[in-house]
Amino acid sequence: MSIDYLDGNALAGPLGEIFAVEVTTAVGTCAGCGAAGPVASLHVYGPEPGLVARCPSCEEVVLRLVRTPDAVWLDMRGAISLRIPMPEPRT
Amino acid sequence: MRRLPWRAAKLTGIRQETATARTLVFTIPGWPGHLAGQHVDVRLTAPDGYSTERSYSVAAPERGDRVELTVELVEDGEVSPYLLEVLEVGDEVEIRGPVGGWFVWRPERATPVLLVGGGSGVVPLMAMIRARRAAGSSAPFRLIYSVREPDQRFYLDELADPQPGLDITYIFTRKTPDGWDRAPGRITAADLDGVSPGTDSYVCGPTGFVEAAADHLIALGHAPDRIRTERFGPTGG
Repeated sequence: MSIDYLDGNALAGPLGEIFAVEVTTAVGTCAGCGAAGPVASLHVYGPEPGLVARCPSCEEVVLRLVRTPDAVWLDMRGAISLRIPMPEPRT
Repeated sequence: MRRLPWRAAKLTGIRQETATARTLVFTIPGWPGHLAGQHVDVRLTAPDGYSTERSYSVAAPERGDRVELTVELVEDGEVSPYLLEVLEVGDEVEIRGPVGGWFVWRPERATPVLLVGGGSGVVPLMAMIRARRAAGSSAPFRLIYSVREPDQRFYLDELADPQPGLDITYIFTRKTPDGWDRAPGRITAADLDGVSPGTDSYVCGPTGFVEAAADHLIALGHAPDRIRTERFGPTGG
């Protein structure tokens, strides 16, 4: 792969447009190799025609995000799961 | 928590940092605050409706509705020439943020910190240094700041003013000041040696710089999960 990439920090704004939680600190697990790490550490290519986030270990596509004038397409087939940190419930 | 809206941001101040970089001070009514290291998206919209956006790191810690960005001119860029050469005090752009919760430093954390910045990658690191001072933190900080030439350093006067517990090393890759010990050249493992592996590291700069610095740190025994990175791509501007 080319070295001309950004990292998952670049997803924070576009994902902030659709999610109410901060997703770049979530831990994703790659469907390609099973590596787990924060979304912020993914290798991100783009922004045109869309953002493509690849696993830093195996370079498989984990997540794709495309913004059209009236919609956002989010393809997460390369992620087995996303673990999103949540505040503990108040007792 | 709500999804991130675009907010009107009025330019209220300009500081020249180098021949090609300026700090832009915006006032953003309703700004929710931010952490040192976070960034914002800036959107410009032309009269015909065409719009484009870029991400910039915030250069200073939270202070009411004030947000400071340091922007380096990218030749042939689309956004930075407008921000630096067209936008005047009193003009407005749209800003969305703060975004990013990973590359952040929180003042309550007392662990020693290593900051490694390449070029304008120093901007979010400067926000951390300023946040440390503003909070009266005594966490030991070490900044390693790589630039091509001496006159490309941002925040030179402020960094020359000693702060207890903040150690600064400059690396020059093309030209050094007269009498400088280190020959000009890219960052090496030797530049990062002597930092305890128990340190929290923040590395920010162009992708190649970040890869090199992070690889050196890992080779020196730093745990990958203690190294936080933020890369600037070639598509900025």
